[in-house]
Amino acid sequence: MTCIWLSISILYLPLLVMLVYSFTPSNTMKWNGFSFELFKNIFTHEEISRAVFNTLVIALSSAMLATFIGVFSAVGIFYLRKPLKKTTNATSQITVLNADIMTATAFMLLFMTISQIGIPLPDGYATLIIAHTVVAIPFVILAVNPKLKRLNPNLYEAGLDLGAGHMRTMITVIFPQLITGMVTGFAIAFTLSLEDFIIAQYNKGGIETISTLIFSSIARGLDPTFRALSSVVFITVLAVLLIFNGVSSAKRKSNQEKAQSLGLRRRN
Amino acid sequence: MTSKNKIYFKRQHFSYPYIIICVVFVVVPLIILLGYSLMDSHGHFSFDNFVDLLNSGTTYRVFGQTLLLAFLTSFICIILAYPLAMLLANTKFNRSRTVVLLFIIPMWINFLLRTFSLRELLSILGLGEGYFSVLIGMVYDLFPFMLMPLYTILSGMDKSYLEAGQDLGANSVQNFFKVTLPLSFPGIVSGIMMTFMPALSLFAINDMLGDAQLYLFGNMINDLYGLNMWNQASALAMIMLLFVGLIVLIVSRSKRASAFMGGEN
Repeated sequence: MTCIWLSISILYLPLLVMLVYSFTPSNTMKWNGFSFELFKNIFTHEEISRAVFNTLVIALSSAMLATFIGVFSAVGIFYLRKPLKKTTNATSQITVLNADIMTATAFMLLFMTISQIGIPLPDGYATLIIAHTVVAIPFVILAVNPKLKRLNPNLYEAGLDLGAGHMRTMITVIFPQLITGMVTGFAIAFTLSLEDFIIAQYNKGGIETISTLIFSSIARGLDPTFRALSSVVFITVLAVLLIFNGVSSAKRKSNQEKAQSLGLRRRN
Repeated sequence: MTSKNKIYFKRQHFSYPYIIICVVFVVVPLIILLGYSLMDSHGHFSFDNFVDLLNSGTTYRVFGQTLLLAFLTSFICIILAYPLAMLLANTKFNRSRTVVLLFIIPMWINFLLRTFSLRELLSILGLGEGYFSVLIGMVYDLFPFMLMPLYTILSGMDKSYLEAGQDLGANSVQNFFKVTLPLSFPGIVSGIMMTFMPALSLFAINDMLGDAQLYLFGNMINDLYGLNMWNQASALAMIMLLFVGLIVLIVSRSKRASAFMGGEN
């Protein structure tokens, strides 16, 4: 137990140092009196608030797109015939396994070629959303697949037999069955986009994300506002995940109690 | 309705948009990359970029340094993560998986911010920029990617194998080497894939924590693109792609081999 807590504290030590120093307004890491100034700066500092906004817009839209396309693709690929199925799966693995810098530069060359051909592609938002979506789709497929394997194959046909079209069957019958996989996929896609630096660096066009802004400002000494920003992110993530986990484990417990009181034995 | 000419929609057709996406955004970019790598700066076909790279000592030095760093990173991650994963897989310490969650949370914080925090901490501790700091940074950033697959496989392991081992007279050391370690092999493989591969191309950590001594593959590609030497950069990227492909091939072979051995015994 001591080992576990020791490693957790080592893991969190840098973040805690950051947290402490986000309450002091000095440029370097020197204590310079307590203040909330840096936290205020997150909202007033034009460049940073812009980057935060861009990052969130790109992460949300690419995660939603990737989840949507990913679910349909997972279902489609699941029912593909062997040779095409294998090829598609192998191709989708390329972006998963490839080094980020390769993916980034390959996208840059592609977008450049596209604009050379004369197809207009708005810089920044469009390129980053496309790139992040493409990178995230395989992860969504991976997240949905286990659920899909356990899905009753007759459900889909039942939907069709009852007169729903393919699209309607997907949305009203299949989506609810795959929802946990979709949520996981969305979370992964969102995280990938937030975390990404190299793809953004090469395809950002005229806009900045948090990562690229941090990277470009490191050379001239990182703006102290980033300390506050990272602390806010840290505390938010910590709180959200712990609450979620608390709720879900409480739910599990109450479900177990319910099941026991009904005299049912829960599998697993 | 011209039902005669109607193409019936089937479920598998849902995959067609993605197949198109794959072709346009995965296959075509790689072909463009290959095209750039096989052109000189005037746009003529040539192998010069590859020849130049393979004749230059810098390439091999960079390659060696990158491999060594990636190897050390993965190795240290395994050494640290394996015992921890074993502890976490023991439900006694890890009720309702909250503790595991605590290990994943830092992954949600932008890795540049994490690395920056680490730099501040290291400078407080009196560790300046250099190889050791870069190594610490790599391990710090990639550690969860080693821990999670190991934890997943160890917590899913059937404990009765260990009991069987004990019944057959193995002590705990023998049990570990003959039962736990072989059974966790797939977790080790995916952990290595998830730490070694990113470690090959990460250059931001070296920029933030390293001194000028260490020059990595990622730095080299990045600098070449920065200098607008796109053809050379693409050639270097192609070499890296081949290398990554080779590793994937070896790993998938060894996975199959281990599955085969597991099936046979």
